[in-house]
Amino acid sequence: MATETSFDLVVVGGGPGGYVAAIRASQLKMKVALVEREHLGGICLNWGCIPTKALLRAAELRHSIDEMQEFGITVSGEVSIDLPAVVRRSRKVAGRLSAGVQHLLKKNKVTVFDDLATLGARRGDLREVRLAGGATLTAKHVILATGARARSLPGIEPDGKTILTYREAMVPETMPKSLVIIGSGAIGAEFASFYLDMGVEVTLIEAMDRILPVEDAEISDFVQKAFVKRGMKVVTGARLASLKPSASGVTASFEGGIQPVIAERAIMAVGITGNSESLGLEGTKVKIDRGHIVTDGYGATGEPGVYAIGDVTGPPWLAHKASHEGIICVEKIAGEAGVHTIADGSVPGCTYCRPQVASVGMTEAAAIEAGHKVRVGRFPMLANGKAIALGDDQGLIKTVFDAATGELLGAHMVGPEVTELIQGYAIARTLEATEAELIQTIFPHPTLSEAMHESVLDAYGRAIHF
Amino acid sequence: MAIDILMPALSPTMETGTLAKWMVAVGDTVRSGDVIAEIETDKATMEVEAVDDGTLANIMVDAGTDGVAVGTPIARLAEDGETVEHVAAAPAAAVPQAAPARPAGPEIEAVASAPQSKAPQPVTPSPAPSVVTSNGSSDTGRIFASPLARRIAAERGVDLAALSGSGPHGRILRRDIEAAGMVAAAPAVVSRAATAPAAQGDSRVEPNSQMRKIIAARLQESKATAPHFYLTVDCEIDDLLAARRRMNDRAPEGVKISVNDLIIRAAAMALIKVPKANASWEGDNTRLFTHADIAMAVAVEGGLVTPVIWAAEQKGLAEIASISRDLATRARDGKLAPEEFSGGSFTISNLGMYGVREFAAVINPPQGAILAVGAGEQRPVVHDGQLAVATVMTVTLSADHRVVDGAVGAEWLQAFKGYIEAPVTMLL
Repeated sequence: MATETSFDLVVVGGGPGGYVAAIRASQLKMKVALVEREHLGGICLNWGCIPTKALLRAAELRHSIDEMQEFGITVSGEVSIDLPAVVRRSRKVAGRLSAGVQHLLKKNKVTVFDDLATLGARRGDLREVRLAGGATLTAKHVILATGARARSLPGIEPDGKTILTYREAMVPETMPKSLVIIGSGAIGAEFASFYLDMGVEVTLIEAMDRILPVEDAEISDFVQKAFVKRGMKVVTGARLASLKPSASGVTASFEGGIQPVIAERAIMAVGITGNSESLGLEGTKVKIDRGHIVTDGYGATGEPGVYAIGDVTGPPWLAHKASHEGIICVEKIAGEAGVHTIADGSVPGCTYCRPQVASVGMTEAAAIEAGHKVRVGRFPMLANGKAIALGDDQGLIKTVFDAATGELLGAHMVGPEVTELIQGYAIARTLEATEAELIQTIFPHPTLSEAMHESVLDAYGRAIHF
Repeated sequence: MAIDILMPALSPTMETGTLAKWMVAVGDTVRSGDVIAEIETDKATMEVEAVDDGTLANIMVDAGTDGVAVGTPIARLAEDGETVEHVAAAPAAAVPQAAPARPAGPEIEAVASAPQSKAPQPVTPSPAPSVVTSNGSSDTGRIFASPLARRIAAERGVDLAALSGSGPHGRILRRDIEAAGMVAAAPAVVSRAATAPAAQGDSRVEPNSQMRKIIAARLQESKATAPHFYLTVDCEIDDLLAARRRMNDRAPEGVKISVNDLIIRAAAMALIKVPKANASWEGDNTRLFTHADIAMAVAVEGGLVTPVIWAAEQKGLAEIASISRDLATRARDGKLAPEEFSGGSFTISNLGMYGVREFAAVINPPQGAILAVGAGEQRPVVHDGQLAVATVMTVTLSADHRVVDGAVGAEWLQAFKGYIEAPVTMLL
């Protein structure tokens, strides 16, 4: 049977943006093809979100052994880490999910091409998509969901051995004695936390004045203190001047009077850049701005019938944002009613370092800058019964309300399982709840989520337990 | 005599409901006031009470049936002395007319707080063998709006009933209030004005009604944000007047077509012919309306309302005449349901009856244009170099330049004038 080459929609890229868009399009009765050059599930599933969570879980279990005594449990004998087994499990998790995506695409009758695609010519209202394997597909609509890759800094070329990107950092064969991590966003902070728990001397470098610079300043400060307390070295306001291999590994030197850092290995975690090259966009009306494809809120580019979603369109570089953009884009193409662009501040962000960090909406500083008169609530996990029982009582939940309307402008959390809690505030924001509905909501006892309630109460001077 | 129990209306706008549950079975004795069934709408579950005594002879609509139209017989009672079997077999009484289908307008249910309007009369099938009880008020619907939207609306003095929601199932969200740009005068200013002593210059301060505030906010918003431009054209209407006379001579009893009805028809057809003029500015997008949903400005006590004739291009003149007369009458009586005066794609404001020769109207946001119609009056005109007398009506189109360009506006006016001056073409 000849493979079908004519489709309603061709999606280029099988990450969380692309495969979700393909499935949604299929649900909307479109005939869909998806072209993926490497792994279904994309970076997120294969080299990002998921395998790192598997690694961090191992680190967390390792850490919990140190706490056993406090719980009255004695672990005798030597605790050792079988690093290849830790990495193997992480790869197995990724593999299982990638196979799951394959199954989902098949179930939804999406034709998958394991190939490299470039945009071809326009023929009437159809668009060609050329595959490196030789085939040419045609479709009315093409969604580019090609994702992004690690960015480096000028003059620094990661070699994958001593200077790593997230990709090599995820599959270490041996643990270095020491490690310097350049960049303290979510990726840098997670690797810092993982390697630290694995017994590595970690120095975390940030050019801005605080780590996790997109988070609320109080949260950044909290995490930095927690990292330092665990023995991490954190250097902020440090602009990297050079990163050079040396006899003992690498030497990172900085602008200004900051002491150089010598470590066995380095991880570059200074952000990512869109995979917008070699897509055949030259000569089209698709506009690219600093590596990212420019789109309207619905994924449309300047070129008719060509759309882009997810990381290739710019920050925030988050899988769930890509998936949501994919759905919006496809529903808009299908002419569905009630399709809206992603509202400002509605994309939650999670960082799975220890302690975990999660947030949605505006930081206090951003809210004030935007002209809001704010009411801020804070509640420490120290005063939460469940957190104390868990032996994990370090954390803070901060809520920012508009003083005039009671709108929940932002929520910022650090502490145990906050990545699982943030959706509560995200739902509240989507439903446009005010402080009144949040205060009236009954939070179950004993849970960590009670701290979310108390933070809201605190914003209105009504906290009960602190 | 057997009594049919009809599907009751739980709110004035309810058209259908789900018969959720029967509380009685065939053969049961029913006393007035007994709860006999539960009915669900998307908003509430309510109990239906019997208002007559008798024995339940027949259940005509099974429990769990969706989409039961208001007025449909759902069960039948046998009165004392009748046999259940006999009654059950009798043909159903004529089905009372269910509430007429509503135009496809914004999904807002009627509310008691509709500006200046008395609470609409509950639509009760007559005769009404059953009544509805609930813990809420049965003659009010519910507006779906987010808590934040409600709070901002209350702060700004915005009536939610005047808005259409863009959220799931038409829920009103903050962006809808912001999009409407309805920022009423700051409450502090109003209250200060209201309490100021009426001294110098002998004036008196009246608190502004909700309707007044909405008009003020909307029109201020319109003038402040929509770049208005104005195009004026003279239409000779002698043929139109003659055609109208001929139509009315032959029209069935009770149908009387006004000049305004012909203007509505002509405007609707021109909007379909020049669809670019049937549009609304929405920031990132332009909304292009499929139908010519024509709002007509009606002066009422304390202000004006703009009831809408939906899809006017699909309606004949007799239908337009009867709808517009009904809307205008009910508008003046304050009996319009909110969804009847919300929305629309284009507005016509006619001050011809006041002898106004020509004027320019303020666009009714978020629409893209409004037509101001002056009086038809005899004026000297020149035909083929000869001076003549014709009945001339001057109309001015105010258009929002963000969506309607000058040429588009001119094209629309040309189409409109074409229909008005050759009225036979608007019958096609």
